Formats: sequence, structure tokens, C-alpha cells
Amino acid sequence: MSFVSVRGLDKHFPVRGAGWLSRRNRPAPVVRAVDGISFDIDRGRTLGLVGESGCGKSTVARCVTRLLAPSAGTIRIGDKQLDRLEGEPLRAARRDVQMVFQDPLAALNPRMSVERAVSEPLRLHTTLSPAEQRERVREILTEVGLRTDVMGRYPHELSGGQRQRVNIARALACAPSFVVLDEPTSALDVSLRARVILMLEELRERLGLTYLFISHDLATVKYLAQRVVVMYLGTVVEEADTDELFAHPRHPYTRALLAAVPVPDPKVRGEPFVLSGEIPSPLERHEGCPLRSRCPMASAICAQPVVPREVSPGHVVACHFA
Amino acid sequence: MSVVAQDVADDRDDDAIVAPTARWRRAARWLRRNPVSAAAIVVIGLLVFIAVFAPVLEPYKPDVPDPMAVLKPPSWAHPLGTDGFGRDVLSRIIDATTLDLSIALAATLVALSIGMVVGALSGYRGGWVDLIVLRLVDVLMAFPAFVLAMGITAALGNSIANVAIALSMTQLPAYIRLVRGEMLRVRTLEYAEAAVSIGNPSWRVALVHLLPNCLPPLTVQATLAMGYAVLTMASLSFIGLGIAPPQSEWGSMTADGATYMSTGEWWLFVFPGVAIVVTVLAFNLVGDALRDLLDPRLRGTR
Repeated sequence: MSFVSVRGLDKHFPVRGAGWLSRRNRPAPVVRAVDGISFDIDRGRTLGLVGESGCGKSTVARCVTRLLAPSAGTIRIGDKQLDRLEGEPLRAARRDVQMVFQDPLAALNPRMSVERAVSEPLRLHTTLSPAEQRERVREILTEVGLRTDVMGRYPHELSGGQRQRVNIARALACAPSFVVLDEPTSALDVSLRARVILMLEELRERLGLTYLFISHDLATVKYLAQRVVVMYLGTVVEEADTDELFAHPRHPYTRALLAAVPVPDPKVRGEPFVLSGEIPSPLERHEGCPLRSRCPMASAICAQPVVPREVSPGHVVACHFA
Repeated sequence: MSVVAQDVADDRDDDAIVAPTARWRRAARWLRRNPVSAAAIVVIGLLVFIAVFAPVLEPYKPDVPDPMAVLKPPSWAHPLGTDGFGRDVLSRIIDATTLDLSIALAATLVALSIGMVVGALSGYRGGWVDLIVLRLVDVLMAFPAFVLAMGITAALGNSIANVAIALSMTQLPAYIRLVRGEMLRVRTLEYAEAAVSIGNPSWRVALVHLLPNCLPPLTVQATLAMGYAVLTMASLSFIGLGIAPPQSEWGSMTADGATYMSTGEWWLFVFPGVAIVVTVLAFNLVGDALRDLLDPRLRGTR
């Protein structure tokens, strides 16, 4: 049985400002940010979640960590049914499920020193004495490659890379088993990205962590993840093991994403595979394939609802032509 | 080789570190450029000094009448003259400083602490809690501040504690609305989410993580409110709803002096009046200066 299991996750946001007059006649409009997502992650593995901005990746992250309450679906992490927890049990369950945010500066309280920020989870979830907490903070800071003399500093006094390391230290302080990484490197300098990625991988191996790694950067996903889920407009369009997905992308959207990655060899000419137009508004209810307005392969059948099919073992594609 | 250890040294460069000494130096430079604000800060320091050391500084006992020195104009013996009972006006003004400042301070602190907690929880929780709090605030705000203060002291009686309660009630709505507004802004920030995800209960997110980041505009409001509190208290005493005689208080001294206005004993109402004006002005100037410092966008506007 897999360690993390998400089934039929929905998150719909009501659209505000419709006015109370118009609300009488039709049901309140909703944005289907996440629309029936399912995935599993085995213990100690990394699942990559990719897609362009606005496809609902971060909403999935926030539902899985219960920063948002899902509209429907189940989320099981270890033996905890996270979607059913509320109040104090939910708060206690957060010890095992941590998140690293996209913007390292914004995710740190400007008025909390590094030591306070990193020791806070220990305060909340453990009965360690202040001296033991301090010791653990030193330990975890060293673990993420920071010198312990940053303990007294405030977020604005740190460099971008140091900030994200503090965020990672904070997430790992209580030794969680599952960590959601929401584009942890996208706000960092290119030169720092590789180091943070390598560090994350090293920590996963050493501490036996399970990651949900969210990114639009396919190169890092390829490096970190053993399995990849491709999202488009709140739905999963393709899911496969990393090697399989990068070698044999079947969904037109995945192929377009891969074609958009520049190849460092000028002699290699990838077939041009481009999507036209913009992402359609998530307000519109799409009956058939959500990609059909932009897809170069679209035809009449695409207006029919798509049923995901397993094209080869472990490789699932939601496309009529796959 | 470990990648982790490698970049400890070269990962600490891209942001300038603002040392605390530099911050003080910047403050000193700012004060040199704004002599009026600097003077106002000095005045407040002086007032606090007078308030604390009043018993030592008073040349005479403030409430002991001297039948031999009734209604004397300013002289070397009585620099600000004496009143109808022969009490030394300077001593009474000094004595009143303690009372006026401590009541204003107490009222401001009480209103500030209640307003902070109520506003923070209201803004963070939202929903029906927020709705009820806002409607109650609207009720308080519907009264002109002075009428509200009058009503409260008239209903409760004019003891020192009741005046303080009345003053804090007039201040309360401003704090609640300010903190609530700031809370609506900061609760959408990522560190609020991070605080939840780390496992903070919601009261801790609101009061420990977010409230401290809502405080800068409150310091401005509280400083301005100190001035208004002094003014409101003096006004209440002037119309007889504030501090009761024989306790010396600037407002009641002004009221007392006003009865002599037609007979020419000007020192009785001018000096306590000057004390009120100077105090209110000093707090307003410092409040304005704080606002300019905290929000550079407003600099130069009034």
C-alpha cells in the first residue's frame, strides 16, 4: 500500500462579487481549481507534479497539507485520513506533513529570528526543554548546510539561499515523514537552484522522506522525481514513471511542455510542437478534453469526455488519441 | 563529498545587512532634519520627567490654601501666581501633570490591549465574529468621541477610574478597526500560511505571528490618541464631568480660572491652558513624525 494516497480531490472556489441579485437565478459560479485529482506516492519516493502556472498545482499542495479544505475527495497520509481531520487532531497531524513554500522570504515571519522560527515546531509538537530545542535547532541547521551563527539573524539579514534553507530546516525540525515542496527553487538564483535541489535529494535519502515536488521546471523534476503527474486546468492529463514520461510522452500537453525545454545541442532539432492560444478561463465548464481549444491534434471526438487509459503498465494518459 | 557543506561560505552575499547602529544613525540624522519633531520629543520627555518627580519639583503643596496669598499675579515667590484660595498655580500645574498623563496613558494602554486582541481575532477569524465586532464598533463610532465620553462619565460618575474608562472607550473603535484592517492584509501573506502548516493553533497564528506585524500603524494612532485623551479629559473636567476638585487637573483649573476672566486674573486660565496646548501639540507632532517615518509614502502630506 502506498504511503500517500489522494483520491478524487476537488477544490472549487466560489466566485465572489456576482451580486446577490444574480445569485437568485442560477447557482453561484465556481472556479474548479482542482477537479478530480488522484495520485499515490510510495514511502521514501518523490512524486513530481508539473504544469504551467495557474493549473492548480499549488492548490493541490495546499489541499494535501490541509491549508485549504478540499471540496471533495480523500487524502490519506500514512495512517491518517487528513481530509476528515479538523481542529486539534488536524493540528497535531501537521507534525508529519510539512510544506516548503515558493517564496522563501514571504514564508518567514519578518519578526522572528532564525532560532525562533526553526524551534517553533519543536515547541508546538514536542516536550523538549529550551536547551534541548536549541540543540536540535543547531543540529537541523547544520543538516541543511547553514552555520549555527545565523541563529540570531532575522529573515531580511539572510541571503535568498539561506532563507530557503531556513524554511527547509523549519519544515524538517520535527522529523516529518512527508514534505510538500511547492516550487522550492523558483524564487532562487539559478546558481543556487542546483545546490538546493541536491540538498533536498540528499536529505530525502538520509532521512527517508517522502516528497511531493511541485514545479514547472522539468529538468529538476526529472532529477528528483521517480514518478511524474502532469496537470492541466485542474485535471491530470498524464501520469507515468519519470523515465517513461520523458522518453515517451503521449499526451499533446506533455509533449508541448517537453518541446518547450531548450535543448543545449544546436544540431538537435526537436519537432516543433506548440499549443496555440491561452489557457481557457477556469470558470467555463469544459465538457470534453480541456485542452481541445489549444491542441494541434484536436478533432470532433475531443468534445466527448476523456477517460484516462493505461497505455502501458503504469503510464496513464487522458487523451482520445493516446 | 557533501554538497551541503560546500556552500556555507558563498551563500551569504546577495542582501545588504542593516546593522542596528546604522539604524540609530539614520534616526539621529532624521531628527536633525526635523527639529520640530525633535523638540516635541524633548517636550514629552520633559512632561514625563515632571510627572514622575512632581512631589520634588513642586515649590508649594498643591492643595494647601494660603489665605495670605490669594489671587497674587506671577511673581518671584509664585512664578505663575496663586488662585482664589491662595494655592500656587505652578505647583498645581505640576501636580496635575502626573494625573493627566497617567490617566491618558492608562486609558490608551487599556484601549490598545483590548483593541489589539479584539481586532486581531476579528480580522483573522472573519465570519460572524467579525460582523458582530464591526457592528459594535459602528455603534461606538456613531457617537462623537466627546459625547460618548460625557455619556459614560455622566452615567458612571466622575471618578478617576471612570474618566479613564470613558477615555479608553472613545479610543477603542480606532484600534479595533486599524488592527482588523492590518490583519486582513497580513493573514493572506505566506508566512501566515506557513505558521498554520507548521502546526500553530489559530489563536497563536493571529496573536503571536500576525499581530506584531500589525503594530506599526498602531503606534502612530496611540501617540495621537494620548494627545486627544489629555484634551478630552481636560474638556470633561472643564464642564464638570471629569476630575472633581480639589484634585488639581488642567481642565478643571482652566474652568476655575475662566470665572476670573472678566476680573483680569489671566494667569489662572492661561497657564493651565498652555499646559494642555503644549502637551496635545507635542503628542500630535510626535504622532505625525512616527507616521512619516513608518510610511514613507505619506511623507510631506498632511
